[in-house]
Amino acid sequence: MTSAEKTLPQQSSQAHIQVRNLTMAYGSQVVQKELNFDVNRGDIFIIMGGSGCGKSTLLKHMIGLYQPAQGEILIDGENFFQSGAAQQIAMRRRWGITYQKSALFSAMTLAENIAIPLEQYTTLNDKDIRELTHYKLALVGLAGFEDFYPSEISGGMQKRAGLARAIALDPDILFFDEPSAGLDPLSSQLLDELILELRNSLGTTIVIVTHELASIFAIGNNSVFLDTEKKTMLAYGNPRDLIEHSNQEKVRRFLKRGR
Amino acid sequence: MVQHEQMYSQAIAPTFLLQNKKPQTQLVFSGHWLIHQTCPSLDSIVSQLQSQKTLAVTIAIDDSFIWDSIFMSRLYPLQLWCQQQNIELDCSALPSSANQLLQVATAVAPSPKKHDEPSYFSAINLSHGLKRARKETEAFIRFIGEISISISRLCRGQANTRGIDFIYFVQQAGPNAIGIIGLTSVLIGMILAYLGLVQLRLLGAEIYIANLVTIGMMREMGALMTAVVMAGRTGAAYAAQLGTMQANEEIDALTTLGISPIEFLVLPRMLALICVMPLLCLFSNMMGLLGGGLVSMGMDITFNQYITQTQEAVVASDVFTGLFKSLVFAVLIAIAGCQAGIQSGRNSAAVGKATTKAVVTAIVYLIIADAVLNIIFSRLGI
Repeated sequence: MTSAEKTLPQQSSQAHIQVRNLTMAYGSQVVQKELNFDVNRGDIFIIMGGSGCGKSTLLKHMIGLYQPAQGEILIDGENFFQSGAAQQIAMRRRWGITYQKSALFSAMTLAENIAIPLEQYTTLNDKDIRELTHYKLALVGLAGFEDFYPSEISGGMQKRAGLARAIALDPDILFFDEPSAGLDPLSSQLLDELILELRNSLGTTIVIVTHELASIFAIGNNSVFLDTEKKTMLAYGNPRDLIEHSNQEKVRRFLKRGR
Repeated sequence: MVQHEQMYSQAIAPTFLLQNKKPQTQLVFSGHWLIHQTCPSLDSIVSQLQSQKTLAVTIAIDDSFIWDSIFMSRLYPLQLWCQQQNIELDCSALPSSANQLLQVATAVAPSPKKHDEPSYFSAINLSHGLKRARKETEAFIRFIGEISISISRLCRGQANTRGIDFIYFVQQAGPNAIGIIGLTSVLIGMILAYLGLVQLRLLGAEIYIANLVTIGMMREMGALMTAVVMAGRTGAAYAAQLGTMQANEEIDALTTLGISPIEFLVLPRMLALICVMPLLCLFSNMMGLLGGGLVSMGMDITFNQYITQTQEAVVASDVFTGLFKSLVFAVLIAIAGCQAGIQSGRNSAAVGKATTKAVVTAIVYLIIADAVLNIIFSRLGI
């Protein structure tokens, strides 16, 4: 893996994302507590666990949509909620996020959807923006679909268009919320390959919420397992090691599909 | 990117150079091809290659070259063009990551673009318009047909219409609308009174203001204003509810459960509106009279005089024409709202469109129906 090949500068040794003693809660109802883990630069980091364990909630804490009840999340050593408004915008500009239901703006064409972050954060002219959106759509295999509305394309294509919007600004970190939910195995494998390709060529750090075992083993190189009952993390490490060597039976059973 | 800015504080302007070295042409990139730089367009290369009839181009880079997506977005169309022209573009000198991305981008051939919309005034557009009008008429007739079938099933007790839904919608459309209907009606009564007073005063016949307000409210304004308010309030709500259900596939779910969405969703709403509208219309009439009374009292007519005069002016046929109209209006509002909702598209923008359509068509229906009814009534001498 040659992540920092030439465009990305070498950073200090600290982890890209640090989660420290994090407790998440809706009001007085605790979702997960005492979470501690690091996501390193260039990792493909999997957040896994059973349904309703708080995987997506954790993701929403990481991208600054929800505020931690306790503890902190540091991205490049900075706490989103203790940063000023300008700093927050600068941080958000370096993140790309794809949502469970793709969250494309339904009243806009795919090209317009992808142009939004470019118009918001760059001073490019219309022609440059058009070229960039064409290229980004081509990257996700949707060349020629510029003028389609999200409702006119299939669910898998919507997912990929959502990814094109997320990578519009060459983000440092890409967050995926259930990327393969609702996709057939082939489309989901294509998406996995695309994610790998992006990481390998741009060195992007990737955080994925999923319980798709095939994806977890195919692309993940680090992970946490969140447990619904104990409301905390049970395992932390490479999923390919955890499947045999985790000291938690539950984690091994999860990764082996109950066997 | 911020990191780039920190690291490469000394920006080098991005440039390219096309060198014609026999037997190949070489394209050299140098400088910082980054999104916050002004990067030159590669369009000139295309024309140069064309004029030179080049068959192979080799890309080279120099030491100062760094890149991000803006470089790729320039290179990608060039690569596509070269593929089309059978010109060999050798990218092996590019950083391997850029090469990888270029391969991913060109792995799937571009699919044909969508056709452009025809211009506004054109024969194609006219024929589209006619087709659309035909489609909409068909959809309307089909919807009316489905409702008729559902009503006949309801009369035979076979319909999947739930009483509890009906009661809920009566509550929504009736009691919850009292406030807004009351307010608009009082004001309409006052407006009628002011309009009439100016004319009647010329004749010294101010007392007939009571007759004017009574006939105006009972025959016309009570029913019409109630209907307009309800079209905006309830018709729009119906369209939004049903449109959202369509977008969430809830209507598909009902259909596959063997439940007719018309019986389950449309009938309770429609029947509730039919039950409630005449009552709201009566209420509106009373409030309108009250509004007229308030104005008259300011004009040297005592409250007793106004009441007595009103009692003489009220004719049963006026009241019933108004009530009959309100029944017709209720059906029209429910049809416009529910049809727009049920036949809505499946995304959030379509739900918005459906809501607008519901209100606009309802009001058009109302005014057309009012005109037609008035003509019929006057022919019949009611």
